Amino acid sequence: MADIVKIATRDSYGKALVEMGATNDKLVVLDADLAAATKTAGFKKAYPDRFFDTGIAESNMMCVAGGLATMGFTVFASTFAMFAAGRAFEQVRNTIGYPHLNVKIGATHAGISVGEDGASHQCCEDIALMRTIPGMTIINPADDVEARQAVYAAAAMDGPVYMRFGRLAVPVIFDESYKFEIGKGAQLVDGTDVTIIATGLMVGEALAAAELLKADGISAAVVNMATIKPIDRDIIVNAANKTGAIVTAEEHNIIGGLGGAVAEVICETVPVPVVRLGVEDTFGRSGPALELLHVFGLDAAHIAEKAKAAVAMKK
Amino acid sequence: MNAAEKKNLQITACKVRMGIIEGVFQAKSGHPGGSLSAADIMTYLYFKVMRVDPQNPKWEDRDRFVLSKGHIAPCLYSVLAQRGFFPVEELKTLRKVDSRLQGHPSMHYTPGVDMSSGSLGQGISTAVGMALGAKIAKKDVRVYTVLGDGEIGEGQVWEAAMYAAAKKLDNLVAVIDNNNLQIDGTLEEVNSPYPIPEKFAAFGWNVVEIDAHDFDQIEDAFAKAAACKGKPTAIVAKSVKGKGVSFMENECKWHGSAPNAEQYEQAMRELNAALAELEG
Repeated sequence: MADIVKIATRDSYGKALVEMGATNDKLVVLDADLAAATKTAGFKKAYPDRFFDTGIAESNMMCVAGGLATMGFTVFASTFAMFAAGRAFEQVRNTIGYPHLNVKIGATHAGISVGEDGASHQCCEDIALMRTIPGMTIINPADDVEARQAVYAAAAMDGPVYMRFGRLAVPVIFDESYKFEIGKGAQLVDGTDVTIIATGLMVGEALAAAELLKADGISAAVVNMATIKPIDRDIIVNAANKTGAIVTAEEHNIIGGLGGAVAEVICETVPVPVVRLGVEDTFGRSGPALELLHVFGLDAAHIAEKAKAAVAMKK
Repeated sequence: MNAAEKKNLQITACKVRMGIIEGVFQAKSGHPGGSLSAADIMTYLYFKVMRVDPQNPKWEDRDRFVLSKGHIAPCLYSVLAQRGFFPVEELKTLRKVDSRLQGHPSMHYTPGVDMSSGSLGQGISTAVGMALGAKIAKKDVRVYTVLGDGEIGEGQVWEAAMYAAAKKLDNLVAVIDNNNLQIDGTLEEVNSPYPIPEKFAAFGWNVVEIDAHDFDQIEDAFAKAAACKGKPTAIVAKSVKGKGVSFMENECKWHGSAPNAEQYEQAMRELNAALAELEG
């Protein structure tokens, strides 16, 4: 068996920025004293004239980004998810979202997989917060290939984007033939009994869960939902019609994230059982990231359990 | 500035004040007090300082303005109307459904509004971003913002102040409309930001202190700002809240309430009398 390559999506983000900077001279990158961690340091080194470190002042950074965007720049503003979506929520809402400016928020260190730093830095609320801002596009890529494409796609579209990246190195599950498109889910596995709709690092776990379920005689489809907003309604409705049960899987609070978005579509279209897997409305804690993911039930085994529960609810 | 120029500015500022009262009266809501205190400075900015083109509001190389104290939108709209961005008559639609004149400035509704604002503390940061953008693009674009003195209680103002000085943004001018009143009382009664000039100086800004209602001093302040290299400029402008309408002057309650019909008539009588005297 070939070795599994693992890359953190924050590295993909940093790499894509450097690549794009070579051809797009309207690209400006901001950071709030975390360039080494968010991986914008590569851009800083390559294009020092278009990189600005605003220091530990995220509220100011988000509004500076808005101001730069009004001057015709495509601005990537980076910090940890906790500060991008949490601390600076109202700045993002009023000075980026309301005027619908061309600011792309590169939020790294999202979710429980931040690991040892613990609950104060493990943001499991960001998708829910960002979803409530009208016109905000939200992308939570699953691996390196998708993350790099997502950065390009965000730069190419007009308007604000929230991109969610992880600290933890995660398996590369797509090859270069994979094509990411904003607003489109991807059917990775076909199945007939239940559909697992996953996002971010849970996509790899969902694929593993489908294998576990197969051994138990359950045919599970897998959908990668990288864009949380605008959500791909068609793929959700098709999944409900075809398999009659859905499990959502995300490294985020079960309230307001992917699970919420999918449930909203399902209850208004094809009401079928939806079982949500995520962080169970609780704060995180310290520990090695991989251990924590198991502790919080964010793995293939737990997805398989939820899938069985969803299948049972069909009867 | 010669006497004729000054008189013209005073006449324009008086008309701006009439537009403020008209809009707030028609809307039955809005913020007249701070609008009136900033009217002279806003008039000077748009008529003497900023390079703008009312026929081409999105002109790429125009100077930029951000109303950080966004609640005085009636003042900005009245100045923009006098400057020719849209008809003065339109001020009567302030805050109404389907109006281009939102309760707080919105760049997508109103010709001449460069940035949406209204949530205090954010506008100065946006202005910093614009000034930085002009520097990156190597454009001779200057950026102006007006803040309330109560607004500078927002911590973000000082994040922005620190960053603007660190980046040596000498194309940025922030006016602090120091009328000494916020919603809950005087600044001292609420949460004193004093001494304001010393605070901006300590953050690395060029600081000019003026009387906000003296056009000679206003002219001098903007000239000093233009001449200053390597630092952003803060103009701390001592003003009178409600300036120009006797019963609104220095009264907290006129921060965010509209005159009734009787009060509207009196305010307009006073402003018309002032205008007649200036034009007389």
